[in-house]
Amino acid sequence: MGKFLARRLLNYVVLIFLATSFAYLLAATNLHPRGYFEQMQPPPSPEAVNAQLDALNLNDQTPIAQRYVTWMSGVVVGDFGQTIQGGDVTEEMWMKAGVTLRLITVATILGSAVGIAVGAYAAVRQYRGFDKVSTAAAFFVLSVPTVVIALAVQVGANGINDLLGFQLLRYSGEYSAGFQGNGWELLLNRIHHAVLPTFVLAVALFAAFARYQRNMMLDVLGSDFVRTAMAKGLTRRAALFKHALRTALIPTITYFTFTFGALVSGATFTEKIYGWHGMGAWLIDSIFSQDVHVVAAVSWFMAITIMAASFLSDILYAWLDPRVRV
Amino acid sequence: MSTDTVTTTDAPSTGRGDDAPVLEVTDLTVTFPGLNDTTDVYAVRGVSYAISRGEVLGIVGESGSGKSVSSMAAMGLLPDHARITGSVRLHGEEILGLDDRAMARKRGRVISMVFQDPLSGLTPVYTVGDQLAEAVLVHDPKTSRARARARAVELLELVGIPNPEQRYRSFPHEFSGGMRQRVMIAMAMANDPDVIICDEPTTALDVTIQAQILELLRTAQRETGAAIVMITHDLGVVAGFVDRVLVMYAGRPVEMGAVDEIYYSSRMPYTMGLLGAVPRMDLDRQGALVPIQGTPPSLSDLPPGCPFAPRCPIAQPECELAEPDLLPIGDQPSAEFIRAVHDGTPAPASAADDVHDTGVQRSACVRSGEIAENAWTARDIYPVPEIPDTPVSAVRRDDRAEMLRVAELIKHHPLTKGTVFRRRVGTVYAVDGIDFDIREGETLALVGESGCGKSSTLMQIMGLERPQGGTIEVMGQNTAGLSRSARFALRRDMQIVFQDPMSSLDPRMPVFDIIAEPLRTHGESPSEVTRRVYELIDLVGLNTEHATRFPAEFSGGQRQRVGIARALALEPKLLVLDEPVSALDVSIQAGVVNLLEELQARLGLAYLFVAHDLSVVRHIADRVAVMYLGRIVEIGDTHSIYTRPSHPYTQALLSAIPIPDPEKERARTHIVLDGDLPSPANPPTGCRFRTGARSSSHSPRTNRSSA
Amino acid sequence: MSTTHVSKEHLEAPAAPPAPNRLKDLGRQLLGTRRVIVGLVLLALLALFAFLGPLLSGWEVGERDFTDMLAAPSPEHWMGTNETGQDIFTRTTAGLRKSLLIGLLVAVLTTGFAALVGSFAGYFGGLVDKGLMWVADLALVLPNFVILAILSTHFAGNGGWFVLVILLAVFSWMVTSKMVRGMTISLREREYIHAARFMGVPPHRIILRHILPNMSSLLIADATIMVSAAIIGETALSYFGLGVHARRQPRRRDRRRFAVRHHGWWMFAFPAMLLVVMVLAVNMIGDGLRDALDPSSKSRRS
Repeated sequence: MGKFLARRLLNYVVLIFLATSFAYLLAATNLHPRGYFEQMQPPPSPEAVNAQLDALNLNDQTPIAQRYVTWMSGVVVGDFGQTIQGGDVTEEMWMKAGVTLRLITVATILGSAVGIAVGAYAAVRQYRGFDKVSTAAAFFVLSVPTVVIALAVQVGANGINDLLGFQLLRYSGEYSAGFQGNGWELLLNRIHHAVLPTFVLAVALFAAFARYQRNMMLDVLGSDFVRTAMAKGLTRRAALFKHALRTALIPTITYFTFTFGALVSGATFTEKIYGWHGMGAWLIDSIFSQDVHVVAAVSWFMAITIMAASFLSDILYAWLDPRVRV
Repeated sequence: MSTDTVTTTDAPSTGRGDDAPVLEVTDLTVTFPGLNDTTDVYAVRGVSYAISRGEVLGIVGESGSGKSVSSMAAMGLLPDHARITGSVRLHGEEILGLDDRAMARKRGRVISMVFQDPLSGLTPVYTVGDQLAEAVLVHDPKTSRARARARAVELLELVGIPNPEQRYRSFPHEFSGGMRQRVMIAMAMANDPDVIICDEPTTALDVTIQAQILELLRTAQRETGAAIVMITHDLGVVAGFVDRVLVMYAGRPVEMGAVDEIYYSSRMPYTMGLLGAVPRMDLDRQGALVPIQGTPPSLSDLPPGCPFAPRCPIAQPECELAEPDLLPIGDQPSAEFIRAVHDGTPAPASAADDVHDTGVQRSACVRSGEIAENAWTARDIYPVPEIPDTPVSAVRRDDRAEMLRVAELIKHHPLTKGTVFRRRVGTVYAVDGIDFDIREGETLALVGESGCGKSSTLMQIMGLERPQGGTIEVMGQNTAGLSRSARFALRRDMQIVFQDPMSSLDPRMPVFDIIAEPLRTHGESPSEVTRRVYELIDLVGLNTEHATRFPAEFSGGQRQRVGIARALALEPKLLVLDEPVSALDVSIQAGVVNLLEELQARLGLAYLFVAHDLSVVRHIADRVAVMYLGRIVEIGDTHSIYTRPSHPYTQALLSAIPIPDPEKERARTHIVLDGDLPSPANPPTGCRFRTGARSSSHSPRTNRSSA
Repeated sequence: MSTTHVSKEHLEAPAAPPAPNRLKDLGRQLLGTRRVIVGLVLLALLALFAFLGPLLSGWEVGERDFTDMLAAPSPEHWMGTNETGQDIFTRTTAGLRKSLLIGLLVAVLTTGFAALVGSFAGYFGGLVDKGLMWVADLALVLPNFVILAILSTHFAGNGGWFVLVILLAVFSWMVTSKMVRGMTISLREREYIHAARFMGVPPHRIILRHILPNMSSLLIADATIMVSAAIIGETALSYFGLGVHARRQPRRRDRRRFAVRHHGWWMFAFPAMLLVVMVLAVNMIGDGLRDALDPSSKSRRS
């Protein structure tokens, strides 16, 4: 067991190393940090630009291999270098990661809970009204790009606010700029701002989960063990809830964990549109600002979350399903 | 659930004893409405029976005869869209049409059920003990958890699970099939029910385990005094176990009576055919089996007359006019009467309005009286095919060419645990040094229970690779030294027919392509392929128009014929038959067995016949090898193995098989082995049969090849 | 299979009809299903709209109407204009053209690739399996968004959409291939696979003729999902100015783009509606195809 785990973790480390290196090399060779400095007003002298670039280890006149080695030797000790503005990447990364994780944790819990409930019930009522309506809703959500949903919700919220004459729904930023208040008020203000982006993310997740859970549930509905449970005196409802749903939940929970990893990058659009300073938004900004180190750092973080999520989902699966358990 | 209750006047329970029936089913019908544009399926069409305390009723029928559906209807376990009419009375109380909550209170407490497949019957994510305790708790929520738990342990012990305290915490997948079925029986017994319905409780189990479970059911009946409804397709299981038998065909009861009446003086051609189609382990030279032509009708498109008429050898024109009722022998209306009714003459009140079970033998055949008068048997009314003798059987065995020789064959594979964290925990000694040979035109049967290494042996042979240990010689060529092209060429001479005709045919390929595949693979020209495919279709008794159909559109027997046609396409000399008939219904099985015998005689094939069913083996094999835990414990010619088995395992195996003959079966004493088969991953040392857990009354001997 | 040889056989065995032709049968089956017809007609209408629409509208793709910025639909601008005065109708037809091409192509490429990788890994097992699945894991952890964003700007311009198709496909096959692998492992032990092996059918033929057809339901379902996934991915990239038509946009304008006051409902309602119709059409065709390929499906039985 120990050996097995060690081998697996080693494999993850190798994969993450490769992914991060690839991202760094791609960014370092394709982005154009020199242009960022040259554009400045007033235009700095070429020497000043070079000095700046050298200080940040971004100078395209330095061989790429050398830049890579310098950068990587920092990463090994937990230093992801500096942003193009001169900030510390590692420090900023944890801040942004916090924002993103807060957003997606709440959204996944909400979305998956509703999705699982709807999907499971739809399976029980297969081909009836509820099933048809929920399937159609899920289909609609899944075929419309998240960007469009996010914008539509935003425009809708704007319309509602205009109609009511006050800001019922906040659609921009994590909290009101310059907001003054005690901890409690600040928390309320944050929640107020979080409602819409969380909703947008949750809606997309709901659709995926509803469809997935419906399929899983359909698989176990006709199972012999549900019939056995009824034969020993459980009502249909109790047998479905205690035996069918419990069994059908296992693959969904595994899937849930897996999705969570992919969501760090999946939340990008929502973050960007709602003005949240999370990982995804940071990545987009950094591409526009030719910020090589941030691009590499975000790539590292995303690779880590994907690997961690897939590892966790395996462990959860083994833990929840006695058939797979050791 | 839409129900339509027939209000019946007081049920006349005449005939047997004076105690009222515990369960009385009257004129039960179940219809599954077709979705969209499919037609309705009339699964059960008028079943009536009554059963008193302590009585055992057998319901016998082939797949699709409605035997399971009728009992599921009685339990209220059918899906909501099923339309059920008639009446089901439990202690005189009508339970059909009760809502789910009220019905749930009856289920498991008054009437309980044991299902066929113990592998999927238990919820995989709860422990066995918790599921058992749930059965106690659900009917008595006031019981403390500890009490329920104690009762569960007690029940586990009662059904013979060793170390019940520890096994309480086991999950279903950690139990063998036999153990799981014991748990299912414990669950059914948990609340001392008055009726236990057993739906094919031993079908999925090995014979020695089947003997144990039947023994356990007898115990359960003694303990609870419950009435038992035993649903099965196996006429052997019923013979020694039940008091009365109800035979079903196409959703309808076609004959009913005491077990001896049915077995010795059946008055319904279907029952007679069924009994004649069973290969008998107790008869030495049975001759060709009685095949019933054709297949059961579709339940969504039934003919107006007797549903068996199209397959019946003694059908008259009147049989096609109206469906005969289940009536006492001789009470059937005359042919003239049926014609008169059919032609529209107002029918006088016939005896048919008494649908209640009265206990006397009744049969749904207009000629039942005639059959009784003439005392016809299956062989009198069914045409029995002539099967010619194998031409090579005249030649001495030693002089015949060797088709296959296996020597000291070994196949061990690693035993791994866990799916996510896979690791090796031991070695499975699947095949552990076996020897046998097959000569031209002969049939060797390889017999054994699940896990004995039969399938691994086959896979080794068919793979034509160098074995892990030992040698395999096919047509005199050692497989170890074959070149790629020689191996490919050798495949022509050796083909295989699998057990499950559903999974052995690619469901996405039409029959033509399935049979053509070996020919195309071996480079036949398209015109030759077409010619040969139609020739083969004809050879195995299928029709030309079957070529464009897909496997799903065929019955089991027809699918198996397709499988045989595919195996014969390349004109092999050796055919490996991996349980070719065990998945088929009896009446169909007889046809396939006859076909195999006929093909062997006509084409001079050699068969390696792998089976667990010793009755079929006795019928078809020249020689028998009994396998146990990767070794052959006894090999010899069929006659001596069956009459003088020398290894205790062979003796136990033979003894465990129920014979479809009530008197013989009652007189027999079965050797019931204790415990499960030992795992091939951890075989006992020395003689493999010598384990404490699997002792029988016999002293073990260490001879490995005693012919 | 040619039927010419068979005619000779007719002389010998008049009862034997020619070998059945599956493709023809399948085609007839497909065209006999209403869903498929509706789906095909919808797709054709969308294509027609996408390719003929620009000819009907009086506006060019990049053209701006400075008198009419962020205007609601009017006779002048049938679907309104955006904040820079570009005609939404024209932009929608251009976008739809792109979406049709990208969505369908990516779906076909991805599913095909995933099916091949997954089935070979599952069928052969051992080192092949380990190697292929390692590559899949690597593709999973590679920062696909970064790569897409950076590389696609390189290929902006004519033919750039094809590079985007390839890139999108390269980053979407992994999960499907793992599912295909799992199914292959269970299918591999089916008796008809054994039967094929024992008659000497080579592995690649077994995979193509027996294994992949038997998971066509999964593959079709996956391909239909992939259509919308690809379009969604492409939309997201273009939204941030990173897609096919991206021109490097100065950062100053970037901020304004996300301000809500600069959006009207018409700006996304029409394109979204068309996308839903397109995904619906693809699903209908996929459904029909699945039924036509599955001999046991209910709607197939007559």
